[in-house]
Order: sequence, then structure tokens, then C-alpha cells
Amino acid sequence: MNQQDSRKWIGQPLDRVDGPAKVTGQATYAADYRGNSPAAIGFIVEAGIGKGRIVSIDTRAAEASDGVLLVLTHQNAPEQAPFGSHDDAGRFGQSHAVLENENVKYHGAPVAFVVAETLEQARHAAHLVSVRYDQQPGVFDAEAHEDKATKPDSLDGADQADKEVGHFEPAFEKSAVTVEAEYHTPSQHASAMEPHATVAEWSDGKLTVHMAVQIIADARKGFANTLKIEPGDVRIVSPFIGGGFGSKLGIHNEAILAALAARELDRPVRVAQTRRNLFANGPHRTAHRHRLKLGADADGRLQAVSHDSLAVMSRGYPFAEAAGGLTQSSYAAEAIRMSHRIVEANVPKVDSMRAPGEAIGTLVFESAIDELAERCGIDPIEFRLLNEPETEPGSGKSFSTRPLARCLREGAAKFGWQSGVVRPGMKRDGRWLIGHGVAAAIRPNNIEPAGAEASLARDGRLTLSLDMTDIGTGTYTILGQIAAETLGMDTGAVEVRLGDSDFVETCGSGGSFGAGSTGTAVQQACDSIRTDILARAARIDPDWSGVNSADLTIDGDRVSVGDRSLALGDILDAVGGEAFRAKSHIKPGDAHKTMAQYSYGALFAEVGVDADTAEIRLRRLLGVFDAGRILNHKTAHSQLMGGMIFGIGAGLLEESLMDMRYGAFMNRDLAEYHIAVNRDVPRLEVHMLEGFDEHSNPLGSKGIGELGICGTGPAIANAVYDATGHRARKFPIHIEDVLPAVARLTKGNAASR
Amino acid sequence: MYPVSLDVNGKTVSAEVDARTSLLDLLRETLGMPGSKKGCDHGQCGACTVIVNGVRINSCLSLAVSHDGDAVTTVEGLADGESLSPLQKAFVSHDAFQCGYCTPGQLCSATALLDEIKRGEPSVVTDGKVTLNEEEIRERMSGNLCRCGAYNNIVDAILSVAGEPA
Repeated sequence: MNQQDSRKWIGQPLDRVDGPAKVTGQATYAADYRGNSPAAIGFIVEAGIGKGRIVSIDTRAAEASDGVLLVLTHQNAPEQAPFGSHDDAGRFGQSHAVLENENVKYHGAPVAFVVAETLEQARHAAHLVSVRYDQQPGVFDAEAHEDKATKPDSLDGADQADKEVGHFEPAFEKSAVTVEAEYHTPSQHASAMEPHATVAEWSDGKLTVHMAVQIIADARKGFANTLKIEPGDVRIVSPFIGGGFGSKLGIHNEAILAALAARELDRPVRVAQTRRNLFANGPHRTAHRHRLKLGADADGRLQAVSHDSLAVMSRGYPFAEAAGGLTQSSYAAEAIRMSHRIVEANVPKVDSMRAPGEAIGTLVFESAIDELAERCGIDPIEFRLLNEPETEPGSGKSFSTRPLARCLREGAAKFGWQSGVVRPGMKRDGRWLIGHGVAAAIRPNNIEPAGAEASLARDGRLTLSLDMTDIGTGTYTILGQIAAETLGMDTGAVEVRLGDSDFVETCGSGGSFGAGSTGTAVQQACDSIRTDILARAARIDPDWSGVNSADLTIDGDRVSVGDRSLALGDILDAVGGEAFRAKSHIKPGDAHKTMAQYSYGALFAEVGVDADTAEIRLRRLLGVFDAGRILNHKTAHSQLMGGMIFGIGAGLLEESLMDMRYGAFMNRDLAEYHIAVNRDVPRLEVHMLEGFDEHSNPLGSKGIGELGICGTGPAIANAVYDATGHRARKFPIHIEDVLPAVARLTKGNAASR
Repeated sequence: MYPVSLDVNGKTVSAEVDARTSLLDLLRETLGMPGSKKGCDHGQCGACTVIVNGVRINSCLSLAVSHDGDAVTTVEGLADGESLSPLQKAFVSHDAFQCGYCTPGQLCSATALLDEIKRGEPSVVTDGKVTLNEEEIRERMSGNLCRCGAYNNIVDAILSVAGEPA
């Protein structure tokens, strides 16, 4: 490569810059932080009922136990702002008060917090806390309490809870071919490998928190609002985060408990939630009932689409998923309707998990589309192509880009899709019934306000500082690439500092908006430095006036444009200053309001279903994706694979089961909550289209982190149908769901012999 | 409290431990080596995997007092000074992790796995002679969960090292 090409860093498949730290155990996650004075260790005592009142709580044995320093309960907990107050700061920034009173809000909520010198002592003493309850009937199950259902005030991922475009009922009535089905998607826990952990320490009334959190600025507000202190008196540090997937967007119980106890003890307190804790003291995606109605004319043109969802919302914590949002953006139809209903319930926090809305929305919607295509007698890809919209059906807005058809066509070619109407049970490989399935992936593309600070020293080293986080997404690496390309320098000369509230505020990591938003902020800050260098250089050498800033390069401590060259130090000495510094602040452009912006994909799955046992094994999984310009092909590829594996979980593995008598999650560990293991995952094929969406941001990139999960589950479900004739109505698909269909097929084969 | 003395990454260390302390907590809390990670504390995720006397174990499931005199290798001991081990290098170049939290366990597991193959220890997928292939790696690495989904890249990283001369 020539000199100029080597400066084109954006898109290059560079290794992660934090890789060496991560493979040597030097990356410091929250629970790894060791301050100057040893932290006391906290342990949560969980409520053993789903709703009711603490009649009495006896902490004497715990307090007398070896090493115990403090036992907090509602009787002695320091004053906090009531849970849910300061809701103007959003659900992450509102008060997250704990141990407020004798009322139990949900099963597993903290009723006491034991702090001791060591983990062993705290854990033992926690079991000595004795609680008597007055148990009351609770609301845990949305369907059993549908009479209490209401429209959510706000919906994550859609503007309105209810919407109708055109007139659904008449359009559905006159449809020649229809599908009307009820689906269930389960509760899920994000189950990041790193359990939520917090180390809190106070000094002169100021709180410093080392914790695992995706959005630093919101966490700061959350602590300040809960503890009634100023945001400026809270510092959050989170350089490495062991996975988020939405579960660490906000702050959770262990964080506030640590801060309260550390203040009481005037000593740092560290608490890592146990894996078991996380199922109640961390957030979860809740179970949904979906009712879908789809109608098409005799030629397979969609006429009517409706999606009605019902789910619980954790009492006092406003969050609901826009499960039906996709009906607005996926396929052209004369009439489109969606509705969302929630039942306030005594359940742990319901919150975002990877691709809220679309992950479960595509699961059921793309399953129903497959079914409708079959009933229309049309190949499922042809059916989707036939119903490609010109503009966004729900809004009439133009799409910024709409390469879904290309994803489907290229995917079909790469996968070797045999087109035709789905006819279940026709493919066999020995004992395995083979099925192929396809589904579309679609995920809204967002940009959020973000800032960045860049400082170029006289030695040519660039430092970026922003409170963005890297949750495994590759932020450290891609921001360095963007900065190096903007300033025409080597990526090795860039240091990226993240995860500290002392740095400029950003949107943090979430909703697939992190890279585009903070990348644009970094690009702007570096662009300002470039302009500043040229302006100053022109003051000492007129030959530098009017040069093209895009031609600027920095090599070591020298800056050059064409054959002009100056030492950075000489420029600084001539005009004053120690470094070139710039701050930026970006916000979404108008095109985010006026246009419909999405990332897209097409997923293809091949499953084998055992003809005797109905065991389902995923044999192939292929995705073709468009997420605009790819910022780093290596990390982007990894993110898409990770999303696809979440989708395998959605289709076949993951469910948090609640005992509806008590509101208690039952399978609270990784032996019972099944995530895909290495042997569950075949060789994944990931293809990225080379796109550039100028309407998204100046980088041309779009969100990628949540795209792979959308479409994967339904592609698998549709493959299971192709193999067996079983149409999934609830997820994940179980062997016992598929067994009757497999038995019918096998019987039929036996009879025909 | 009970005295234990063990070799950790080539250095002899001694400590007084609570009878309830796991090997993982001995490493993380007492010896100040937080490289080994706690993902579940129940032997279900593999993030705490370390190599004891040449064999990989879940250090969260093993009491520290039972390791007096043992030789323990953790993620902090895989590199030769500043020089990364071939597996560590391969994990970086193959992007065999995202968040990195499961990585210490994956690396210890993979390091021990290569020795298991050399020793000819079969697994449930072994068909005849023990040879290193994708299926063997997938099976033998299935005790190390990775929620970011780097499984394919982990397999590739291990394969790439297995192909190199020892």
C-alpha cells in the first residue's frame, strides 16, 4: 500500500488495541479494582416473597457473626430519594433507592445488606438474617391479569403505543389468504459473563464508584438523585465492562447498597452480585404474548398487518418494548395496526435486553410472514421481495437506504437457497430431518448526542478522552481508527481514554448508537484540530494558507501537507500553547427525523431435527447484513456473530421461567438458563455489504450490535418448520413441541413404505 | 485459618486462608491476582478456569486449603515476560473475545486442552484416534461460556496454534 492508503484506517480489520490487556488478565473490570485501602465486602439478602410486608427482621445473629461490620435493613438504611423520583432524568437517572420500607416489591429484592471484612464472612452472616413476612397476593402474570392492562406511557422503540395506518379490519376481512396466530416469547436475562459489580468509596463527601455500566453520565445522575447529592460529587469509573447487552445501561441494586454502606462505614465497599442475585437484582426482558393477524390478496400482496402485544411492566419502573414496531417498517400493506399493553406487576426490573422490540418482534413477525408466504403458495424470499415497500409503510417517510432485497438475494445465492413453496419434511440426511429457513433482520438506526475531547501533544501523540464505554464492542479500537484517519496519522500514536465521568459526556453504549455517535464526535474534534494546525501553520508560513486539510498527515512530531512540513512543537512555540486541543459535541441530524433509518440483514438457517427424538441441531447459519460503512471489519464481524448467537438462544435455548404462584424466577443460574455453548454454534457465515449511509452520520456507519439477533431466531424457527411441519407458537422451541410433528412425518413415511 | 503454600505461576506463595475460601478467591482476594474471573461461582461458566498440576479446573469449585503444595497456572502466568504465548497472540489476532471477561478462563482451558490432545485423552466426540479438529475443540471448550459469541474465533485461534510446531 502507498503512504496515502495506509492512512485509510476506517474499516481496516485491526486487532483490538485492548487485546493484549485482555489476554494477560491485566484488563481491570469493576470487581478487580483494588484501591489504596482494602474494601469491605457486601452480600445481598433477598426477599423470599413476591409481594407483601416485612413483619420483623432479626439481624442480631448476623451482626454478632465474625468479621461483620454492618447490616443494613429498611430499619436503619440512610435516607434516599424515593424510588422513581427524579423521573425527568429518565429511568437510568431516576432514584434507584433500596431498602426503603417494609414493603417487598418483588421476589429477590434486597431486604438486608451484610458487609464484612471478607466474602466468606459476609455470605455466612447473610444466611443468619431472619425475616418474617406477611405475604400478599401479587401480580406476576400479564395474561392472568389482562383486565388490569393499560397503555404504556412510553414505549422503547416507538413513538406511540397504538397506531393504525389505513383501516385494518376491512383490509383483513377482504384478504384472500390470512394468518391469525398467538405467540409467546419468554422472559430472558442478558447474562453477561461479568456479574454486576460495584466498588464505592467516599472522600470528603464525594463518591467514587468503580462499576460495570454502559452509560456513565446516566449512572452519575442515578447515584446523585438517589443519594441526594450533586452529580458533580459523583465520579464513575468503568474502563472495562464484561458484557452489557442492555443489562448494564443503568445502575442496579448492588450499586446503591455499596454506596450507602461505604458512607456508613467510611470505608470502601465492594459488592459483586452473585449469578443467582442477577436474576432478580439485575434487569430482564419480560415475557410477551403476541397476537398477529396478516392478510394477503390471492397474488401474495400484503393487505393487512396487525401486531398486538401484552407484557408486564415492573411496578414503578416505566419500560415497555415496542414488540410491534416492526409492522410499521417491514413490508408494504394497505393497512397496518399495532398495539401494546402492559400490566404493572410485582416483578424485578423489566428493561432493555439486546435489540428491545426487534429481537422478539422479528421472532414472531418473520415467523408469521413465512407462514403467510406458504399459504399464498409463494417462496418465502419471493414473498418478501414482492412486498418490499417504496417508503416506510407506517410513516410514509423515505428510507435513507433500503438494501433488504439485496441482502435477501445475495444471501440466497451464498446459502444455496432452493426456491419454491416450503414443503415440510422433504429433506433427509440419514436420521436427520433437514430444514432451511430464512428471515429478514431490521433494526432502527439511531444517533444520540455525544461529545469528545482530543489533545495533540508536541510529540505527535493524540489523546482522546470521552466518557464512552467499551463493552466488548471495540470502541477503544474504532475511535482510534477514526481519529488516526482524520489526522492522517498512525493508529499507534493515538491513546483512547474511556469510561470515566471526568471525561466529556457521551451517550455511552446502548441501542447500537455508540459507535456512530461517539465516532462522529471524535471525527469532529480531530477535524477541529486539523483546522487549527493549518491556521496556525499559515501564521508562521504563508505557504500553508489555503491548503487542502484532507491532505494533512502527521508523522512522529511533524505535520505535513504535500511537500510542506513543520514540527508540531515549532508551531506551538511560535503561537503559544502546549498542545492542540479541541472539544466537540454532536447531535442527530434532521435526517433522523425526516427519514426512516434502519440497518438490515437476511438470515438463512439449516437445522437438523432427529427423526426419533426431535432433538434440534443448528447445522448452518448465514447472514448478509447492511450496516452502512463498516468501521472495523474484524470487530464488526465479531459483533454480528455475537448477535446471531443471541438469536440462536432466542430460537432454541433461552428462557427465564417464573413460578407464577410466587413471582420467583426459578432457573437462576447458567446450568438452568441456557445460553449457547461452543458446541451449539456451527461455523457462522457473515457477509457485510459495503454501504455508506450519508443520512446516518458523516462516517456513513449504522448500528450493528443488535442487528444479528434480529432475524436469526425466526430463520431457525422457519427451518424447523421446513424440517418437521411444526410451526413455532412459543419460544424457545422445545423438543416436546416438535415431537408430534416429527411423529406424524415418521408415521407417514412408515405407512408409505 | 489454615496455612497453605503453593506455586502460582512459578512463584512460591504462602497464605493463611479461611476453610471456606475457594481457590478462585484465594487468587483474587488474598494473592491480589484478579485475572481469573468469577462469572458464576458454581462451576457453570468456566471464567475461573486455571491449570492445577497440568490439568484445568474450575477454581471456584475447589477449596484453597486442598491445594497446599500444588502448582497453579493462571492467565497472568501464560505469557513469558512481555512475550505473549502463541495462544494469547492467536486470541488477539483471531478476535477470540469481545468483552474479554471469559478470556482468562478460555485461555487456560485452551492451553490445557492442547496438552490433553498430546496425552491422547479422548472426549465424547473422539472417534478412534485423538486428533485435534474443530469438533474436538468445540466439545472440549463447551465448559467455557462466552456471551459475546466469539466461539468460532476461539476455535480458529486454537486451530492456528495447534498447527504450529511445538
